[in-house]
This record gives sequence, structure tokens and C-alpha cells, in this order.
Amino acid sequence: MTANLRRRKLVSHIFEVLCGLAVVVALIPLAMILFYVIKEGAGSLNLDFFTHMPKPVGEAGGGMANAIVGTLILIGIAAAFAVPIGCLCGIHLAEYPGKFSSAVRFAADVLNGVPSIVIGIFAYGLVVLPVKRFSALAGGVALGMLMIPIVVRTTEELLLLVPGGLREGALALGATRSRSVFSVIVPAALPGILTGILVALARVAGETAPLLFTALNNAYWSTSLSQPIASLTVQVYTYANSPYDDWHRQAWAGAFLLVMMILTLSIAARLAVRRLERMNRS
Amino acid sequence: MKRSSDDRRFRLGTGAFAALVLLIVVGIAIELTRQSTLSIAKFGLKFWTTSTWDPVSGMFGALPFIWGTLYSSVLALLVAAPVALGIAIFISELSPRLLKQPLAYLTELLAAIPSIVYGLWGMFVLVPLVRKFEIAMGAKPALGVGMLAGALILAVMVIPFTSSVAREILKNVPSTQREAAYALGATRWEAIKVAIGFGKSGIIGAVMLGFGRALGETIAVTMVIGNAPQVTASLFKPQYTMAAVIANEFSEAADELYLHALIEIGLLLFIITIVVNILSRLLIWSMKRRVAAPAVTQLLAEEVPV
Amino acid sequence: MTATVPELSIHSESVEAQEGRRTARSPQPHPRHESRPAGGGFLATLRPEVRPEQSPASRGGASPDRNDTLTQEQAMTDSKISVRDFDFFYGTAKVLHGISLEIPAQKVTALIGPSGCGKSTFIRSINRMNDIIPDARGVGTITIDGQNVYGDETDVVELRRRVGMVFQKSNPFPKSIYDNVAYGLRIGGMRNKRQLDEIIERSLTRAALWHEVKDRLHASAMALSGGQQQRLCIARALAVDPEILLMDEPASALDPIATSKIEELIYELKDNYTIVIVTHNMQQAARVSDRTAFFMLGKLIEYADTNAIFMTPKEKMTEDYVTGRFG
Repeated sequence: MTANLRRRKLVSHIFEVLCGLAVVVALIPLAMILFYVIKEGAGSLNLDFFTHMPKPVGEAGGGMANAIVGTLILIGIAAAFAVPIGCLCGIHLAEYPGKFSSAVRFAADVLNGVPSIVIGIFAYGLVVLPVKRFSALAGGVALGMLMIPIVVRTTEELLLLVPGGLREGALALGATRSRSVFSVIVPAALPGILTGILVALARVAGETAPLLFTALNNAYWSTSLSQPIASLTVQVYTYANSPYDDWHRQAWAGAFLLVMMILTLSIAARLAVRRLERMNRS
Repeated sequence: MKRSSDDRRFRLGTGAFAALVLLIVVGIAIELTRQSTLSIAKFGLKFWTTSTWDPVSGMFGALPFIWGTLYSSVLALLVAAPVALGIAIFISELSPRLLKQPLAYLTELLAAIPSIVYGLWGMFVLVPLVRKFEIAMGAKPALGVGMLAGALILAVMVIPFTSSVAREILKNVPSTQREAAYALGATRWEAIKVAIGFGKSGIIGAVMLGFGRALGETIAVTMVIGNAPQVTASLFKPQYTMAAVIANEFSEAADELYLHALIEIGLLLFIITIVVNILSRLLIWSMKRRVAAPAVTQLLAEEVPV
Repeated sequence: MTATVPELSIHSESVEAQEGRRTARSPQPHPRHESRPAGGGFLATLRPEVRPEQSPASRGGASPDRNDTLTQEQAMTDSKISVRDFDFFYGTAKVLHGISLEIPAQKVTALIGPSGCGKSTFIRSINRMNDIIPDARGVGTITIDGQNVYGDETDVVELRRRVGMVFQKSNPFPKSIYDNVAYGLRIGGMRNKRQLDEIIERSLTRAALWHEVKDRLHASAMALSGGQQQRLCIARALAVDPEILLMDEPASALDPIATSKIEELIYELKDNYTIVIVTHNMQQAARVSDRTAFFMLGKLIEYADTNAIFMTPKEKMTEDYVTGRFG
């Protein structure tokens, strides 16, 4: 083997090792984060956490019951807002390709890249400013707008995956366009679309920034759409920024809960996709 | 005919919702501009070049925030891009078949962790570590919070996403390219370089997409960067980003000018991230054209960890 | 069997003529069977060196003088590549069964057979391109000039420099024409511009592409036509000065004119290189090759002079295939 060849092989090996190192480097923070979240948070996740309200400033104890419910309400509003808009938009993009659809697709991609805090400003201007009041609705709208691009893209892609024969078959039987889409094509793509919605929900459930000046936060129990509402993320943020150790502990607990929620949602989505693929293959 | 009118209604109906999505994007641009007129009128272009940010006296200059955002994002990408590329190469070219899926899934897991959790970890774990480092380097005062912590946490957050896009790009490089290199007597790394060369524009696009993400990241950054508006190249000094200042001061903004100044910053953030995103998608699209790969929409399905 | 067709005899004569003009690169081979006109089947069986190479397995029993045949074969021809009992597996699936043959130096050997019969797998085993595929492994012996390709002392990177390959679909790098041809040289460490220029010109000339591109060497290779790109790939392969050129259906993606250019090229190249070509086009095999091997379902059915395979095939399967009854 010539010296040149030996050198080239050495270089090759070095770079291969470096790439492996890159994987390790990325996995270290992941491991650390999961470790700390579990270590600091899991222990504090007791019944009180789920059922009690936050205690006044400085007092130990209490829980995040209102924040948990608040998050659920917020993602509920977001879904109510984003699912119809996103799905119908996705249906249009899949059924009617053309210049308009390309423009819309482009807009959805742009929307996907807009920082969540900017969306928060928009929701502020749209929902908070006119009534001069922070509200759960404003927070839900902000989260909904974050969800829309994901739902649009998933819906469109999955509808396009439905075999053309199905579509033609329905139309040939005399079904109207809307009938064929809603009764034949969408059901065929439904599992995938639901998965996409789950994924989008997982993403917005962890959002904090856009809520800071739309839904704000609420120390009390509230389920009203027109009042500020507590949320897991903002509560964790507030507690983390405080000087109280007990609140820090609760912040970790909240973080643990968030991570569990999101993990569950994304594992569920992944399993659904796998089952979907298996179904389609058979 | 009844049928065609139904079809027309269907088309218009769904089209309306599609138009709504378009309107949202346009609406953001309009609303942001509308809500920053006071600040634009008062400060004009000096807004972007002055450093005073004094809500009390009503003087607003956004330079420190622009600096903080760009500096932190560039530093983050300097760390994240090679690591993300290394991961992408490892998973797609080097790893044994059994490891591929689990590794891919683990990197996606990193992407799914919410910003606030990163922030919490950053605040309570990373910052103390950085502080120890700063003390060892002789920095005074050693705060821990600062540009270094901010850039590091951004890097970690951006790596998984950049790496998945890069991996998709590499997957789309035809295997015949690598085969041609091997047949000419290339080593493994040389063949990988050929693949990277083929996917060059796509990979740059992936890095740019990561950059766009870093620009807009808010919560994790504000929890570790120190939130002090100053223009300095020092890694140890606390600094401030555009997204962070909006997050922290928006609900406190007492008067309209203050609010408008913050929204103007939001407008700039909006414009910058759109431009970066468009450029990166163009790059990825131009690479896809060379390959004519079918399911390239997957390339752009950034958010979907499935 | 069928009588000799005059054209093919002419072909074998011109092969003889070619041999007479052999360059100094390799010594004059022994007078070979091509000098005798391909006769009827009976006559052919009298000439032991034309007996098709078959593994004992496919013959249904060990052939008594098989080893003798091989040594004879080796002695009589310059055997560049020697294959003995070569099996190949993708995972647990066996795709090549006991292949044994001798590929002569500075001749064109064609591998024909229906799709999926293993010819591509076989040719890729010679330069160990199959190593890239996970779960793929070869068992048996392939030697080049006596050196075991799969042996521990063989370096795969070095091997692939000695054995060039041209693929079915041309795969130029998205670089300039110059950089494409220079690639193999550059990774080998050559930096001197004058040397590079010289070798690149020589390779492009050998690949019959020089005149078409000499004024635009720095233009992108992707702007060339399909046929030109394939010739570029050939030039690229030639630049590193291999001894053997493996061609996996090099013209199958090209139009007839480009195809005939490639075939002419192969004919010219064999003076200096040992060429093994996989083709599904029988007429092409008949046109360009000196020896032909017929593969089927991973087995080597028959291997002989091209004339013999097409005019006087021994095996019924071969005859069926070359007369177009299947495949």
C-alpha cells in the first residue's frame, strides 16, 4: 500500500469517527435533559400537583391544576380553529392543483417558519387589542395559527397518497366532488390526517412565547374563553423565573408533565403511522 | 346542472379556507406594520442603528437586539451545522442498519422537547456549568448567563431539525454517484464527499433552515442569555435578542410608542425569517430538481417527527 | 447444429488480424481456436478448449478432465481473471451458484442472459462493488493475475483503481468535464496540472470524446448528451489506467447511434484493456465480444467463443436463448 493510500484511509477513518462523535455530542444534552427532568420533576408529581391551585407568592405547596386544565382548553381551542381550516385548505390543495394552490402552499410553508412570538403579536392585534383584554381565546387562536401549516401539509400529502382509482371510482358512480371527497377519500386518509393533527397538537402544547401576551396567565381557576387562562408552559416559565425553591421544584414537575404529554402524543402518532403503513401494504 | 353547481360550491368553499391561510400570512405582515407606525414614524431608519433602549424617556434603538439575535444564531450554527451534518452522514451512510431507526428517532425526540423545558434545563444546569467554565477562563464577573450559554442552547435546539433535513437530502442523492466514486478507487469518506458535493445546495438549504429556526427561538434563549441590551463580541457578557425582548417587555409596555417599538422589532424578525426561509427552500428545491425525487414534500415536512 | 454464417467467420478473422497488430502492452498469445473456422457441432466437440466451462453441480457430476481443461485454458489464453466455484449471497438468498470461468486478457468477454440471472452481481463481484451492499457476500475464488480479489492482502481501494467500471446509466459527477476525468487522479494524489492535462486529454481521446469537448473542458458534465456522458464516464474510468474495464450494460440507456459509438469504442479499447461487458442485447454481444458466457438463474450455463455460443451452442438452454425462444 502506498503512503498516499495509507494517508487517505487514515483520513477516512478519522472522519468516520468524527461523525460518530457528532451523534454522541447530540445525545449528551438529550440524556441530560431527560435525566434532570425526571430526577427533579417526577418526584414532585404528586396528587396535589394535579388537584391543587397555586399557592400565593412565597408559600410552599399547591399545584398546577388550573394550568393543566388551561393547557387542555387552549389546545382544544387551537384544534377547533386549526383542524377545519387546515383540513379544508389541504383538501383544496390536493383536489385543485394550480397557481392559486401553489401560492397557498407557499404561504403555508412561510407560516410554518414564522417565529411563534410573531404569531403571538398577530393574535394580540387581532383578538386582544379590539376588546382590550387578554383572553384564552386569543391564546387559542395563536396556537391554532401555529398548527395550521402542519395540518394543511399533512392533509394534502395524505389525500394525494390515496390511489387515484378510488377517486375515479367514486366519481364514476355519479358522486359529486364533495361527496366523493368526504365519503370516500377523506376516510381513506383519515388515520394519517388524525396523526398529523396529533403531531401538531404535541407541538403547540409546548409553546410558551405566543401565550405570554395573549392568554397571559391566571393564578385562579378559570375556564372562561374571554378571560386570561393559566397554562402549563407559562406557569413553568413564571415559576422558573421566580426566586423560590419550591416554585422551582414545581416548575420541574410541570416540565416533566409536559415532556410526558408530548412523548405520549408523538409515540401515539408514530404507532398510528406504522399501523397505517401496514394496513396500506396489505 | 345540480352536480356541477355542487362541485362549484365545493371548490369555492374549500378555496375560501385556502384563501384564509393566505390571508393569515398577509394579515401578519399588514398587522405588524400597522401596529408599529408610531415607532417607524418617530425613529425611521435610526431605529436599527441606535443602541439606546430607554422606555422611560421614550427613546428606542433596536441595534443591540439585532446584534444579539444575529450573533447568537450565527454562533449556534457554527456549532450546530457540523454536528448536524455529522449526524446526518452517520445515520445515512455509516451506521449499521439496526441503529438507523433508533438513532433517527432519538434525534427527533430532541426536536420534540418544548422550548420551555430546554430553558429550564439551560437555566438550572447549563448556566452553572458555563459559569464554572467562565471562572476557569478568568472572566469577571462570571455570570454564567450570557452569549455563550445562549448560543449553546440554540445550537442544541437547532441540531435535530437541521440534521433531519440534511439526512433527507443525502437520501435523495442517487446511489450511482457514490458507486461511481467507489469504482474509481475512492475511500469511504471520499465517496461521502461526492454525495455531499451532489447535495451541496440542499445541505446549505438545510443549514439555512436551521438558522431561520435559531433566529426565532424565544423562551429557551431568554432564560439563559442574560437579557441585557448591549452590543459586544464577548461570549461571556449577557446580551439580548429580538424575540427575547418582545417576550419580556410586551405585556409590560405601558404606552403605545413602547408597544409599537416592540412590534416593529417583531416586524423585522418576521421579515428576516421569511427571507431566510424562502432562500433555503429555493436551495433545497433546486437540488430536488436535479434528482426529480418523488416524495420531496417530505423534505419540507420539518415539524412532523413521525 | 447450425452451419457457420460467413459474417461471423469474418469477424473471427478480423479478431486474428487484431491480434497480429497487438501492441507491446502484452505478449503475443498462442495461436488460438479462433483461427480455425467455427464448424459444426461435432467438430466443435473435438476441440477440448472450446468445451464450455461448467461447474460440476450444473453438469450433474464432476467432469473428469475439468481441471485439465482449466489449466489448458489458462495456458492457452492469457487468463486475466480466474473465477473458481464462486457463490454469491444476498443475505440467505443464493444468487450465484458455483461460477467458474477464465476471462482472457485483452479480449472482450460478454456476459449474456435473461434479466435477473446474476450477470450484474457477478461482474460487480470482480471489483468488489458488492461490498457496499449490506448482507451481501461472495464465497469462492476470484483472482486477477493470480491475486485473490477477496484475499486479506488485497486492498479494496487499490483493487478498484486497477479494475475500472462503467455503469448502465451514466453517472457523471455534477462537476466540469475536466474535473470528472481528473477525479480518480486527484484522489490518487496527482496535483501537477500538466500531468493532469496530459492524462485527461489522452483518456478523452481514448474514449472518442476529445474532439467534441476539447474546447469546453470546464463546462459542466451535465450539459452533455446521454451518449457523451457515457463516453465521459469511460474516459473517467480510463484515466486511472486500469487493466480491466467492467461494463454493466453500458449502452442500454442510449439511442442506436450513441450505442454504436460505444461499441466501436469497446472494439478499439480491447487492444489495451481486458473488457468484461454485461449486455442483454445479444446482437451487441455478437458484435463486440470475443468470448461469451451465458448465465441463467445464477448459474453459468455455457461459456465459449462468441461464434460458438451463437452459431453452435452446446446447451439447449443457450440455443433457446440466443435464438430468442425466451428471455
